[in-house]
Amino acid sequence: MTVERNELLDIRTQHDVVRVRQRVRERAVEAGFSLVDQTKIVTAASELARNTLEHGGGGTARIELLADGGRRGVRLICEDRGPGIADIALAMQDGYTSRNGLGLGLGGARRLVSEFDIASRPGEGTRVTITRWK
Amino acid sequence: MEHIPILKMGAFLLVTIQVDMHDQLALTLQDDLTGRIAETGARGVLIDISSLDVVDSFIGRMLANIAAMARVLDAVTVVVGMRPAVAITLVELGLALPGVRTALNVERGMDLLREAVGERLAEASDDGRAE
Amino acid sequence: MTAAPASRIPEILRKHEAALLGDWMRRQQEAVSRRRDLISDRELESQSREFLALLRTAAQSDGLEATSTGSGWAAVREMLTGISRSRGLQGFSPSETATFIFSLKPALFDRLREELGKDAAGMFEEVRRADELIDQLGLYTTEVYQKSWEEVIVRQQHDVLELSTPVVKLWDGVLALPMIGTLDSGRTQVVMETLLQRIVETGAQIAILDITGVPTVDTLTAQHLIKTVTAARLMGADCIISGIRPQIAQTIVHLGVALGDVLTKATLADAFATALQRLDLTVVRTSASRR
Repeated sequence: MTVERNELLDIRTQHDVVRVRQRVRERAVEAGFSLVDQTKIVTAASELARNTLEHGGGGTARIELLADGGRRGVRLICEDRGPGIADIALAMQDGYTSRNGLGLGLGGARRLVSEFDIASRPGEGTRVTITRWK
Repeated sequence: MEHIPILKMGAFLLVTIQVDMHDQLALTLQDDLTGRIAETGARGVLIDISSLDVVDSFIGRMLANIAAMARVLDAVTVVVGMRPAVAITLVELGLALPGVRTALNVERGMDLLREAVGERLAEASDDGRAE
Repeated sequence: MTAAPASRIPEILRKHEAALLGDWMRRQQEAVSRRRDLISDRELESQSREFLALLRTAAQSDGLEATSTGSGWAAVREMLTGISRSRGLQGFSPSETATFIFSLKPALFDRLREELGKDAAGMFEEVRRADELIDQLGLYTTEVYQKSWEEVIVRQQHDVLELSTPVVKLWDGVLALPMIGTLDSGRTQVVMETLLQRIVETGAQIAILDITGVPTVDTLTAQHLIKTVTAARLMGADCIISGIRPQIAQTIVHLGVALGDVLTKATLADAFATALQRLDLTVVRTSASRR
């Protein structure tokens, strides 16, 4: 598997979240995704990037265009050094809201992508990786 | 601070969202709309999202919040023009948009508003007569 | 670990490029699997020449690991991907496609023998390296071939699904979707996309989902149905589910499936009548004398 394109963005402001959406859209178009698949990965990206900003106190987003044999995909890795998530299973449930009343949208985001990975420890930050293949 | 314009059309308010909104802009719209409904006594709100190619959980909640707040102020909310890809994604996300009525386009949305408001006027006068 | 002496293969590829190309071309043309009907000699030569050049560049700059991430080998793999995919789609069999790479082996071995004939140990080592390299490339070619066929199959499945999900316009504003067969998540996606697209195209306000042709309704199927209804609702169209056989009605109650406020009817005819009613339409007999 090769990484055809690789871009690292800062997530410090709300405008950065918008920019992550736009960049993921560009990669999805490049990968030849259908309109519905584009919308799904961009929406999932929006959830992740927002979490990184609002829950993680800011962080980074790495956007990759992948090629594996004949198929292409888009990967997003959102990472922060924020408070982390104590109970991941709980956080992944639909309808779960954290202390400040905002749902994490992780369960929903997972349903929109082909591969989903989350690593988080309280006090050590969070890294969520999503991948969608054509 | 940017604001999304809100148009007044008789007893209704019309909002067309054409930009990829950042969160603060969405919150500002929520506040602005609630304020305008209260100040104009509008009976209905029509939100046109036909330009949006992404509606995530934040925007989804914004729409549901607007509908809830409008309801408290005795106004009906109709969201129109949701794109197929957006609808499919929202369903997968598990967002049902409670309290939000929907229509295919602005024209149908206005028909729906007039119908809904007409119903509410009938309900109100029935209550009066029941005394 | 003692460092292995640097391979002379890159140098040999450069020095003997023309002879190598000639020999390789001859072997490809003489092979039983030569498909003159699918690719001309000229095109084959042009591909082979380009490949040798990329191979030489990669070997010179990135070493002899075909799987390395260096840009030289990435270019080689990219060319092989293109060739393998297009040959597969043109109708070449897997072994016909792999012949492109494997027929390079004897040609390369001959050149190695020419250069290193007097050094048995050295030659053996180089032959081993060349053998491994060509095998890696050959296997890669076969894998890509495989994957591109998988993609064709998936696409065809999708097309079949679309064909078996006709959306019918019953009247202005009323669509009917006769669903046939089991509803899995892949099918549901296609159903949703097709239905929503037609709602936009026809401006429909009511969609009738007829499940007469759906053999069983389990919790998952019910969920898929509800997803479809919800998606249509978000676009302003109401749904009626029809074709509910008594057994299915029992199953739905037994499973405790919450259909919410989705209207359900036993037959498509009932659903159509309801739809007309909702739209304030009525059917009127035109002539009293015609009975």
